[in-house]
Amino acid sequence: MAGQSGRFTTVIKAKISRMLDKAEDPGETLDYGYQKQLESLQGVKKGIADVVTAKKRLQMQAGKIEQSVVKLDTQARQAMGVGNEELARMALERKNVAQTELQSLDQQVAELESQQQKLIDSEQKLRTKIEAFRTKKEVIKAQYSAAEAQVRISEAATGVGEQMADVGMAMQRAVDKTEDMKARADAVSELEAAGTFDDLTQIGGGGQDDIDRQLHQLSSGSMVDEEMAKMRAELGQGSPAAPAPAELSSGDEAAGTAKPEEGKA
Amino acid sequence: MIVRIFTETQYRLDESHHARLDELDDLVVAAVKADDEDAFHASFEELLDYVRTQGEPLGDDELEASDFILPPPDLSFAEAGEEFTGEGLIPDPPAAA
Repeated sequence: MAGQSGRFTTVIKAKISRMLDKAEDPGETLDYGYQKQLESLQGVKKGIADVVTAKKRLQMQAGKIEQSVVKLDTQARQAMGVGNEELARMALERKNVAQTELQSLDQQVAELESQQQKLIDSEQKLRTKIEAFRTKKEVIKAQYSAAEAQVRISEAATGVGEQMADVGMAMQRAVDKTEDMKARADAVSELEAAGTFDDLTQIGGGGQDDIDRQLHQLSSGSMVDEEMAKMRAELGQGSPAAPAPAELSSGDEAAGTAKPEEGKA
Repeated sequence: MIVRIFTETQYRLDESHHARLDELDDLVVAAVKADDEDAFHASFEELLDYVRTQGEPLGDDELEASDFILPPPDLSFAEAGEEFTGEGLIPDPPAAA
């Protein structure tokens, strides 16, 4: 673009022309294009397979964490019911962490799906453009002098070159996202292995360990306080010093069922 | 003129849109320079939307080189910064850019 703008354009065009410079003869460009297309096709297939594997793994983890959320919520209620506030708090803290994790997983899976679709679209366009180029090249050769044909074929080749760069970019982004996702999956596995999402009854009640200390730091205290206040209200217990849950909404399915502070009257 | 949005498609726009595109592009540049992430997302989205709404998508079998190429719509703020510094893309960036 005129003036100082269009810098993205300049940068990306430099990249494309460097790629096209590799082939001075347009015929060679076409061959290069086919070769590249074959490579891309292999890459795309592998890329999509990787994406699907990563996605499945994350979805399985999401399923497990969902179960943990339900279980921890039930446990918190039970603990509260028998007056064990400490255990209830621990369960709620873990539930908090699990819910945050769940949201993040869902979002990343959705992002991955969109990358995958873009990759498929872009690859399809490249295929069509290469075919169009092959046809056009013959038409140009028949209509123009050798020198003129060379110029026109080069122009058409640039159109193909751009699409190749486009597929390359879509690929790179899908690969990057998948790598992120793998890292995320590994991180979640570590949390699981550390027992973060475990059934509380399995780790011997109120045993304070490293995980619990970390969870205290991780989870938002006020949200936990709020949930505890709600549970107290539901259970008809008094609410000693719980902050009023006025502004934050927890989105918890139990939230609507209770009349807050009922037991106070 | 032909504008490509990377990982999306190419659009054909009337030359009369050139000035407005230029303005919108400058806003993106300014937002990145000012290290303002919100402004970057807003202005970049506006630029892309302008191309999408004012332009006519090219057929898949059309072989046109683009006059302008815009980065992918999911470009992150960090990536935008890298594009501008040209690290790894432009071997010898102009001094005092």
